[in-house]
Amino acid sequence: MQRRDFVKVTGAGMGALFLPVTGNIVTAAELLDKPMDVAIKKQLADVALNAARAAGASYADARIGRYLNQFVTTREKVVNNIVNTESSGIGIRVIANGTWGFASTSNMTPDSIAKTARQAVAIAKANSKFQTEPVRLAPVKGVGEVSWQTPIVKNAFEIPIKEKTDKLLEVNNAALSNGASYITSVLFLVNEQKYFASTDGSYIDQDVHRLWAPFFASAVGKSGFKQRTGLGNPVGMGFEYLDGKAEDKVYVEGANVGYNNSYDMLEDAANAGKELQKKLTAKSVKPGKYDLVLDPAHLMLTIHESVGHPLELDRVLGYEANFAGTSFATLDKWRSKKFNYGSPIVNLFADKTQPYSLGNVGYDDEGVKTKEWDLVKDGTLVNYQAIRDQVHMIDQDESHGCAYSQSWRDVQFQRMPNVSLRPNAEKDLSANDLIKDVEKGIYIAGRGSFSIDQQRYNFQFGGQLFFEIKDGKIVDQIEDVAYQSNTQDFWNSCAQLAGKSDYRVGGSFFDGKGQPPQVSAVSHGCPTTRFNNINVLNTKRKV
Amino acid sequence: MSILNEQESKKLLKRVLAFSKADECECNLDGQLSGNIRYARNTVSTSGEVSDLTLAVQSSFGKKTGVATTNEFDDAAIERVVRRSEELARLAPDNPEYMPLLGPQKYGKMNTYFDSTAKVTPEYRAQAADDSIAPSKKNKLIASGFLNDSHQMSAVMNSRGLFAYNVSTDVNFSATIRTEDGRGSGWVTRDYADVSKLDTASASAIAIKKSLGSVDAKEMEPGKYTVILEPAASVQLLSNMFFSMGQRAADEGRSFLSYKPEEDEKKPPKNKLGMKMFDQRVNIYSDPHHPEVPTATFAGDGHAVEKTWWVKDGKIENFRNSRYWANKSGTRYNPTAAGSGQFIMAGGDQSLDDMIKHTRRGILVTRLWYIRQLDPQTLLYTGLTRDGTFYIENGKIKYPIKNFRFNESPIVMLNNIEALGKPVRINGRMIPPMKIRDFTFSSLSDAV
Repeated sequence: MQRRDFVKVTGAGMGALFLPVTGNIVTAAELLDKPMDVAIKKQLADVALNAARAAGASYADARIGRYLNQFVTTREKVVNNIVNTESSGIGIRVIANGTWGFASTSNMTPDSIAKTARQAVAIAKANSKFQTEPVRLAPVKGVGEVSWQTPIVKNAFEIPIKEKTDKLLEVNNAALSNGASYITSVLFLVNEQKYFASTDGSYIDQDVHRLWAPFFASAVGKSGFKQRTGLGNPVGMGFEYLDGKAEDKVYVEGANVGYNNSYDMLEDAANAGKELQKKLTAKSVKPGKYDLVLDPAHLMLTIHESVGHPLELDRVLGYEANFAGTSFATLDKWRSKKFNYGSPIVNLFADKTQPYSLGNVGYDDEGVKTKEWDLVKDGTLVNYQAIRDQVHMIDQDESHGCAYSQSWRDVQFQRMPNVSLRPNAEKDLSANDLIKDVEKGIYIAGRGSFSIDQQRYNFQFGGQLFFEIKDGKIVDQIEDVAYQSNTQDFWNSCAQLAGKSDYRVGGSFFDGKGQPPQVSAVSHGCPTTRFNNINVLNTKRKV
Repeated sequence: MSILNEQESKKLLKRVLAFSKADECECNLDGQLSGNIRYARNTVSTSGEVSDLTLAVQSSFGKKTGVATTNEFDDAAIERVVRRSEELARLAPDNPEYMPLLGPQKYGKMNTYFDSTAKVTPEYRAQAADDSIAPSKKNKLIASGFLNDSHQMSAVMNSRGLFAYNVSTDVNFSATIRTEDGRGSGWVTRDYADVSKLDTASASAIAIKKSLGSVDAKEMEPGKYTVILEPAASVQLLSNMFFSMGQRAADEGRSFLSYKPEEDEKKPPKNKLGMKMFDQRVNIYSDPHHPEVPTATFAGDGHAVEKTWWVKDGKIENFRNSRYWANKSGTRYNPTAAGSGQFIMAGGDQSLDDMIKHTRRGILVTRLWYIRQLDPQTLLYTGLTRDGTFYIENGKIKYPIKNFRFNESPIVMLNNIEALGKPVRINGRMIPPMKIRDFTFSSLSDAV
């Protein structure tokens, strides 16, 4: 059946459930040349919603997704792989007898969609036999037919392959000619074309773009080998992120170059080569207590692990107990309104709206308009991250808008929004300003080994680059550094923040959570920040 | 739709190849029909079913290669994915590491499919969850858990006449059962190809016992201790080591298996092949025919896979490698089953209880969590104990202890073996419980 025939049939006012249609009605040619027509998506979504209601669902939502990825992988002078992936289908979530049910299929005929909707209801009904906490959804007013798009300048999927492979090979050459022995560089592109419809009356079409260009360089010396990964960030941007504009560079005297809203990958690779050679002969850290000055490309992951995850309400309530764990930030601490998460200068907020961030979308995956809210205000715990079926448990009646599913195949659930540390509001200090006040410290840049317990108390974090600070100056590149602390102690030792000019947004492209596990991309903004008197270990070991 | 039989797969892949204009073309077809149930707070939370079939097409012109995937199967979609992979290949620069496709192979019999697992229903899953929840409630405990059953097919066909097909099933279950006050926590996991072996009630009884037994944990000083690692505690460290056993990285000087030559050493080897790295009792191999952890007998490129030793009597017997690197370095290609990280670590006859009985002082570790590498040269890892850590004295579990952070390397671990117990299936691998001396704990955690 052709698309015009489908529109004709469905437009004739026949009940979607009784459409005499077989075969894959949305042809691949239509899908591949351009996103699926919104009118067709609405028709298919209505098939799902009507079938679910007819089978006894009190609520239903349908997500029609077309997920495109492109991966370009290179190694030294070789392009290893160029891969385009594409996956389309529909995920249908329902509430029946007060219980969730979900089913998904890649077979997008009306018959198949209706059958999948009925299966989701059947699953909900089977489970309702053992349900003791009926689902309570926070109200959401239907928004009608709306759309949203990541504000990209250059669609990375439209950039010629040759430009991409040339760029990565140039990056490899820069690292190799400056001291690296080996390098792998990669370009990951993601485009989520997703359509959400619910029985609340929302029909939301979104076109989401993300990009990540990491590299992994290493150098082999007489005494062993060292590694250095890129300091760029995954972003909610197009190919313009790789423009590497001068105004987006932050220079730390005696240390690294940081990157804001665009990334000079070539420069970073050349620096990686040089720094690798220094790493091979750098002195090993003396364990003990140090004041740490943490670069945003490092601190973002510390925020992710020690603030983002413990303040996910599903973890706090026990829904993640069997996998990711629970949280030390329990409801009684929040209810007391006195729990000192950090020192009074610590202000942490959540959002799904920051430009260039990975979390930036117009609506979450259950049709809630995204927003910004405080998590820790002046050092005190004030809120969590919650979605529609959870907020009533923290006495709130509005979802925070942070439901997400990695694809049409998987059920949406609560995922971390962007969680960020506000910069110094009083003084626009730089990283260099922070370093000059430190007597005995270590400046850490880039993300390394991160490990934290299942309630987010005890953590041990590493980095990419470590510089010893003595009497206000960076004196030496050092190695084998990891710091161990307890989340509350750590944030209460927060002593100084750089200002808004230093604020940068970094992120994690593949944050894992849930069973079956799903990945999600999330950003964290922060300025360079100082933490006093932190326990530093030496990670060198003889075997 | 998502699970095609051998004939249907062959027919579909022939249709795909018929569109190919490339010098060489390889197609991978992967189908999945899976269902799951998740529970927490003693009630069902989310559950669902997924049906999907994905086709990946790799086209090559000379040494130029491109890959494209789709999950749609009308003629237009198939032709489009073939053309797209060809377009990417034409745009790609030459890959000097490209290896010509393999011709037809002979495969051993595969025993990876169980009808019982393929026929799991939503009602079965709900009951399995309740079999874990009900006894937890009875003990005033809070259960959370997850069960996933999966029916999968995979097929490979290429333009040189190779065709491989397999269908498999898997079920995995895990439960974390905690006390109401959050001071105790126990955990259990099970996985099988045949769901009839799964009993979520008896598995949950172990988590219940550990949960009740872990309340009022005492603090012990961090330091070096003799530990008994249950298979779930060591499987991740061993898997990480297994995946680090690549020949290329070793030959390039970037691995714990790189050989560091002595001064003036003439013609030093590049890697530690044949060298003793571990205790004599360490034997690790992969075997697609192992009855407890069966896998496909072909690799992702369609190469036949048979039993391969990785470590024999503590010596490095083989490396993981690619066909390209094996060819370049003149060594044997050691393919592993498509999509599988299966390996078997041999052990002894002792059960976990026997091992506890024969321990004067030690620490029993249920599982390790959030394991991250600190140094690839020494395979030093950090992470934490979780969901049941106990002090053993004079052959008995004396009391629960607070969780530790560890900083340790599996290389050190496998040199400090006191005893190996009887291997059990865990995460699709066979791992023995292990008694290890001088295991390094670096700090305490307040987490329960």
